[in-house]
Amino acid sequence: MASLKALKVRIGSVKSTQKITKAMKMVAAAKLRRAQEAAVAGRPYAERLEAVMASLASKVGVSEGSPKLLAGTGSDQVHLLIVATSERGLAGAFNSNIVRAARKKAQELEAAGKTVKFYIAGKKGRVLRRFFPTQIAHDHEMSQIKKLAFSDAREIADDVAARFEAGEFDIAHLFYARFQSALVQEATGRQIIPVALPAASATATASDAAVIYEPDEESILADLLPRNIAIQIFRALLENAASEQGSRMTAMDNATRNAGDMIKRLSIQYNRARQAAITTELVEIISGAEALK
Amino acid sequence: MLHFELVTPEKLVRSEDVYMVVVPGSEGDFGVLEGHAPLMSTIRDGALAIYRTEKGEPETIAIVGGFAEVSETGLTVLAESVT
Repeated sequence: MASLKALKVRIGSVKSTQKITKAMKMVAAAKLRRAQEAAVAGRPYAERLEAVMASLASKVGVSEGSPKLLAGTGSDQVHLLIVATSERGLAGAFNSNIVRAARKKAQELEAAGKTVKFYIAGKKGRVLRRFFPTQIAHDHEMSQIKKLAFSDAREIADDVAARFEAGEFDIAHLFYARFQSALVQEATGRQIIPVALPAASATATASDAAVIYEPDEESILADLLPRNIAIQIFRALLENAASEQGSRMTAMDNATRNAGDMIKRLSIQYNRARQAAITTELVEIISGAEALK
Repeated sequence: MLHFELVTPEKLVRSEDVYMVVVPGSEGDFGVLEGHAPLMSTIRDGALAIYRTEKGEPETIAIVGGFAEVSETGLTVLAESVT
């Protein structure tokens, strides 16, 4: 059995760990609320843009002359996986889930004989280097970003679009954690290039029969396509930020609870050891007194 | 009154009823009043002029990377950033 002193030290160290995890949980909860607000605030823009894109696309249709971002390069040989992760760890399985989803997709694609490249956004995605050391196309530096702005997403989108124009890849997928609730985040991947357009709803097409287009449908679509990619990346980053905080909150809550359980167990052990010591002492005194009689 | 909304990816900047908005369209400026025909237009970087009343001085908002849509519900301007 461990000595009383050692147990006391151990309890002390678990207690201070518990304090840290508790504080981290609080911070994550506060950040989560802010991240959720940001995600909600970005919704109107995305919804309107999507509606406009859908009605435009149904008008223009995909043909030979369509922009490449919409029609694709005509090949599906080279895939780019954009993996958005967080900058910091201690967020439960958040980052490993995203990385695992990306790896699974990469393995599937490679099994089908495709070439896979990675575009890393976020420090924790760098573990992919270990699995695919030669296939990292770019590692986007995000550590300086304090509050995510649209320009940050724009930077990534512009870079990706330039690589697409240069013919570096044919299809791009974006991996991030979809935010469902503070408790549930789901690592998902979806195709962003070529743009998968949402089907126009019947009401949208019916009402814009007499819409004036300035300059014309094709140029508006060509103007909006790159913007659509930026907005999709932006939304993914926002959801990622919310998911990260949610995941960290859950992880830290568990850690705090585990530390509590551990303290309870150690205290019982400590008290038992203390009582055993007292009992031994008493027995010694009594037997000493008995011997003197 | 014309219902006017200015939206950026980060937030809904404006949502209000105004008299008229002059939009710097890529093919030239155009003013939107209540009951304007449905329209979609790209916007060059420039200033939106918002007239709250018929006679009043306009309020200007500089926007970058914009797109305007007029529908029966009003005018919606999507902009990448607003200053």
